[in-house]
Amino acid sequence: MSVAASPVAELRDAVVLVNGFPLLSGVDLEVAPATLSVLVGANGAGKTSLLRLLGGLVALSAGEGTVLGVDLARGDRRLLCRRVGWLGHEGSFYGELTVSENLTFAARALGRPISELAAVLARMGLESRADTTTKQLSAGQRRRLGLAWLLLRRAELWLLDEPYASLDDEGRNFFDELLGEVVARGATVLVSAHDPLRSASLRPRTLLMAGGRIVEERS
Amino acid sequence: MIAVALLVAGKDLRIERRSRVLLWQVLPFGVMALLLCGLALGPSRAGHSSAAPGLFYLVVVLVALLMINRSQYVESTPGTAASVATLGLDPAGVFLGKALALCVELWLTGAVLLAGSVLVLHTALQGTFLALPSIVVVLAGLAAAGTLYGALTSGGAGPATLLPVLCLPAFAPLLIAGERSFSAALYGGALWQWWLVSLCALVAYLAAGILLYGVLQES
Repeated sequence: MSVAASPVAELRDAVVLVNGFPLLSGVDLEVAPATLSVLVGANGAGKTSLLRLLGGLVALSAGEGTVLGVDLARGDRRLLCRRVGWLGHEGSFYGELTVSENLTFAARALGRPISELAAVLARMGLESRADTTTKQLSAGQRRRLGLAWLLLRRAELWLLDEPYASLDDEGRNFFDELLGEVVARGATVLVSAHDPLRSASLRPRTLLMAGGRIVEERS
Repeated sequence: MIAVALLVAGKDLRIERRSRVLLWQVLPFGVMALLLCGLALGPSRAGHSSAAPGLFYLVVVLVALLMINRSQYVESTPGTAASVATLGLDPAGVFLGKALALCVELWLTGAVLLAGSVLVLHTALQGTFLALPSIVVVLAGLAAAGTLYGALTSGGAGPATLLPVLCLPAFAPLLIAGERSFSAALYGGALWQWWLVSLCALVAYLAAGILLYGVLQES
């Protein structure tokens, strides 16, 4: 007898208000483990807010929600934060620190062994940039550093906010390949994008957002 | 908490060492301000003026406000705040770490300004040395209070121009105690009683920061 794996994230009529303004206005969502989902929609549709809610970065104002077993309304969101990986489109690091210093800081903060650093840098093709300050990196290299940060922390849930922005074709292909790998290894990935993913191999679930809600789902 | 504090302090000091904002921007400003104070008093009166301790602390406050803004700015660059939030660091540890780094920077700046006050304001060398324990505690208190109030105005929480308005009332007990004990060290008086007042203020701000920093970050 097979038992269905419990969802990684489950939202029921989730509402997020900031200064009285609804960023999310009643989201219903269930995310199965080891899957890739893409949130698409226009600017202001609520994609980033939904990712932030799932990462424990904003509070749930109304409705119900559970992510990685943590109740978003009553649970300790700091514990949830430690288990998710967030990659924002703006760049996510201390610009004055080098690539290896940024990763060392993250590893120490999470209690991860520093010995894994070299392998992660090699996987991301950043060995030659280990001693370069982050502000000197190109947009694509910064994105790779973001992925290294997520690989190092072995996040169970990857939340990627417009990760394809300012990436060239090579960068997009590299990104797709890596996402396929981490999903195959059991991580769950949610990506926000303006358009559906181009990669045929990933076969993501696509969720269309508008007005702070999920209005359509395509598999 | 201590491990997080040391991690954050190390990171902040490394950023400061690399950016050299303190060395090339803040310190020259402080020295110039001190020089202007000396010119305002006039060469014949400066050495005998009871205003010297007050002018020293006036310059310290101007410099401290710049440094508090800088300390919060490195955390609030786009994307960094969200990524670091997902590390789930203990807010009390983050507060202590940022306050410790700011304190070290203020001590270094204070040492230069103190030397400047001997040269420019002609404060007596022996009295200046006698004031050192008080100055060390007052600067630590300014770092603790500044880190706490700086969190209120960092990122989207409020404009940085609010910082002086918020900080100055909080700095008042420290500045009064500091000025009084410096004057007592130079001209005689209740040196250690004022030192004790500044120590009490330091302990109060440390306790408030440990308890409230997480709430401020959340808001």
